[in-house]
Amino acid sequence: MSSTEVRAAPEREGVSIPWGSLAPFIALAVIVILGALINSNFLSTNNLLNVVTRSAFIAIIGVGATFVIATGGLDLSVGSMMAFVTGIMILTMNGLTPSLGSWAILAGAGVALVVGALCGLLNGLIITVGRIEPFIVTLGTMGIFRAFITFMSDGGSLPIDRSLRDPYRPVYFGDFLGVPYPVLITLFVVLVGAFLLYRTKYGRRVTAVGSNADVARFSGVHVGRVRTMAFVIQGICVAVAAICYVPRLGAATPTTGQLWELQVITAVVIGGTLLRGGKARVWGTVAGALILEIIANVMVLSDMVSEYLVAAVQGAIIIIAMLAHRFTSAR
Amino acid sequence: MNLKMEKPAQVSTAISALSARSLSKSYGQIEVLRDITLDIRSGEVHAIIGENGAGKSTLMRLLSGHAAPTTGQLFMDGKQIDFANAVQAEAAGIVLVHQEILLAADLTVAQNLFLGRELSRRFMVNDRAMNRRTAEVLAQVGSTARPTDRVGDQPLAQRQLFQIARALLDDRKVVILDEPTAMLANDEVDALLGIVRDLRDQGVAILYISHRLEEVEALADRVTVLRDGDMIGTWQVSELNQRQMAEQMVGRKLEMLYPPKRGTSKEAPTLDVTALSVDGGKVSGSLVVRPGEVLGIGGMIGAGRTEFFEGLLGLRPAKADKILLNGKSVTSPDVKGMMAAGLVYLTEDRKGKGLLLNDRLGPNLTLQALDAINPGVQLNRKSEARALEDAVTEYDIRVRSLGIEAGKLSGGNQQKLLLAKIMMSDPSVVIIDEPTRGIDIGNKTQIYKFIDDLVRAGKACVVISSELPELVGLADRVLVMRGGRFVAELEGADITEQNVVYAAASSGRTAQGRTGT
Repeated sequence: MSSTEVRAAPEREGVSIPWGSLAPFIALAVIVILGALINSNFLSTNNLLNVVTRSAFIAIIGVGATFVIATGGLDLSVGSMMAFVTGIMILTMNGLTPSLGSWAILAGAGVALVVGALCGLLNGLIITVGRIEPFIVTLGTMGIFRAFITFMSDGGSLPIDRSLRDPYRPVYFGDFLGVPYPVLITLFVVLVGAFLLYRTKYGRRVTAVGSNADVARFSGVHVGRVRTMAFVIQGICVAVAAICYVPRLGAATPTTGQLWELQVITAVVIGGTLLRGGKARVWGTVAGALILEIIANVMVLSDMVSEYLVAAVQGAIIIIAMLAHRFTSAR
Repeated sequence: MNLKMEKPAQVSTAISALSARSLSKSYGQIEVLRDITLDIRSGEVHAIIGENGAGKSTLMRLLSGHAAPTTGQLFMDGKQIDFANAVQAEAAGIVLVHQEILLAADLTVAQNLFLGRELSRRFMVNDRAMNRRTAEVLAQVGSTARPTDRVGDQPLAQRQLFQIARALLDDRKVVILDEPTAMLANDEVDALLGIVRDLRDQGVAILYISHRLEEVEALADRVTVLRDGDMIGTWQVSELNQRQMAEQMVGRKLEMLYPPKRGTSKEAPTLDVTALSVDGGKVSGSLVVRPGEVLGIGGMIGAGRTEFFEGLLGLRPAKADKILLNGKSVTSPDVKGMMAAGLVYLTEDRKGKGLLLNDRLGPNLTLQALDAINPGVQLNRKSEARALEDAVTEYDIRVRSLGIEAGKLSGGNQQKLLLAKIMMSDPSVVIIDEPTRGIDIGNKTQIYKFIDDLVRAGKACVVISSELPELVGLADRVLVMRGGRFVAELEGADITEQNVVYAAASSGRTAQGRTGT
């Protein structure tokens, strides 16, 4: 009796639409339509490219945060870490320019990736080896990284070498066949992230650890290693974001990346990743990052609401998203 | 079915504390309970038995106001009643003691017992009065805990007693106990049965749900059998023996519940553990496991059996002088290494440590053996899907769809999924902790058969069980643990419930006299 039931079932599964996982994309579509109705300039190619490019940083860091949050962790240090990595990268590039010329950019990017990975490793090891709550640990490192960038920039601005400006500029402002490089880089990071999460054993273990760490442990999964690795991935994503960010303003300052951690967490959570772990939605995170940036953009374009209230609207969005989730999953 | 049954009309003439008339309950299209007519009399223990999915829990929920019947009525003292929720039912004197532990771990025992109905004096909580009353009910249920103890620090058995204590804070007319002994060791069970008898003698009507038929036989006055949502009948317990009860539950003649034994194995050990010390020496011991045998591990709950084997798997801090597995020495044990060497462990905590309840069956099945199924870093979806199809067929896991979450399966099917999961790596030694806790007789028989097949195929199986009939029925050899040490070894005809209990409960010196073969 059971075998016939089993065979009939998968077809029924295919018909039902997973509204829960589609929600962030539906919300994104609604917001795009609203934007178009409010201001005709919104749908101009220039504006859309601008918005998508600006959302690249949060999306890239958000991919890493999706890993961390899916394991049941949380990283509050990403904004400060971004600034810190940016600072180290600029110092490296400026130091190497006399000997390497434009190649200093590549060297700096390499150093950034290593430093980002190490920052993530530091967070991860303190959390897993020291057995301290991720919230507390990353609250601590958030302060530490922020102080370091303030110290490195001496409280002011830490600019890149003048001679590097032109060769480095295209990384943020350039495009390939009309698609800005930051968008391509984001796409690459998201594809790699989605592959890791959905197609590899590591990704399976990430959600297992976040879903129930005890079950994972009893199944022979090295829970600490999986969690630490998620923070390393987060660190690398932060470094990639930093590499895209430097040519935009050409400097690091004590306010670089400030409060980005909140935007990143917002993007991840409205993207459908569970804050308590166990479910990861990389593409949802991208939709979340786009939603945040488009709301800011529409508000700037519309003149109806002061742009000083952007953060308030974004804050309201995360609460609304969670309420919507609560009501849809309760049924 | 040739047994004499009471006629409903005859039942209804007795004084009943709570009566159900033609209760039915449907969830959507699915009817889970049909036409249940039942009387629970003051001063009787009325047992409800049935396999998982027979509708016992649903019936409890209807009677205690946790759910409303689709059709049918409830009567209390002859008057029709209609509960909107469990609070109203409690106010009327009906309380359900849940099978799961529903207590706040960080609060004290007294705080938990009075949660939501704290005693107060001039706007402040009256801790002294609550602690005093808590001490009274704790003594009544035979708990050794103090009212000010933190619940999270107490063993599971004590927490179960706290739940019963909470039900007894106020005067009750009807107390519904859902599998109250599932977590308890034997002497605790005896104490609990004593409490239930006291309550009955005070005139309380008790509805008692249990999988343990020996308890039903020992305790209940009448027994009602449910099967697939239908009421099969109500009998005086004196009219049925355990076998007949089981046959009414499954609706067919039971073949032998336990497969015939294989006899003591003389082969060289697959697993040889010397002086394993777990949790800093709190639990320690040596043992050998031979191919072709079921080694039973007996003892009270809290004797350290689970801890010993979790230590062997590296799930707790442990060190050993020597661990030999299939001839290879294992130096620092961990789950992965042990699995590679041929040893797997199935936890007693199915929901907490066994399955990802919110994940689908596939990821659950392959989590432990991911590396074996997927040689590279990438997941091989085809072989995963095939593994799931094979497991569902081979272990007879009954599911409506392969895409559902593990948490939606019944207890028995969850256990079979777990078995399939640990068997993915084709181990030579299988340790199963409480193989049939909280699952029905049909699935039990299947699992016993599975263990038998495994061992007859030349593998070794260690069964940790608190159910004495199971231990005695399955094992070819039994080690008994008490206070973190193995205190007795039983073989052949010496494996009896009395011997196991004696070794598990008596003082050290006496038991040592019985050790050795």
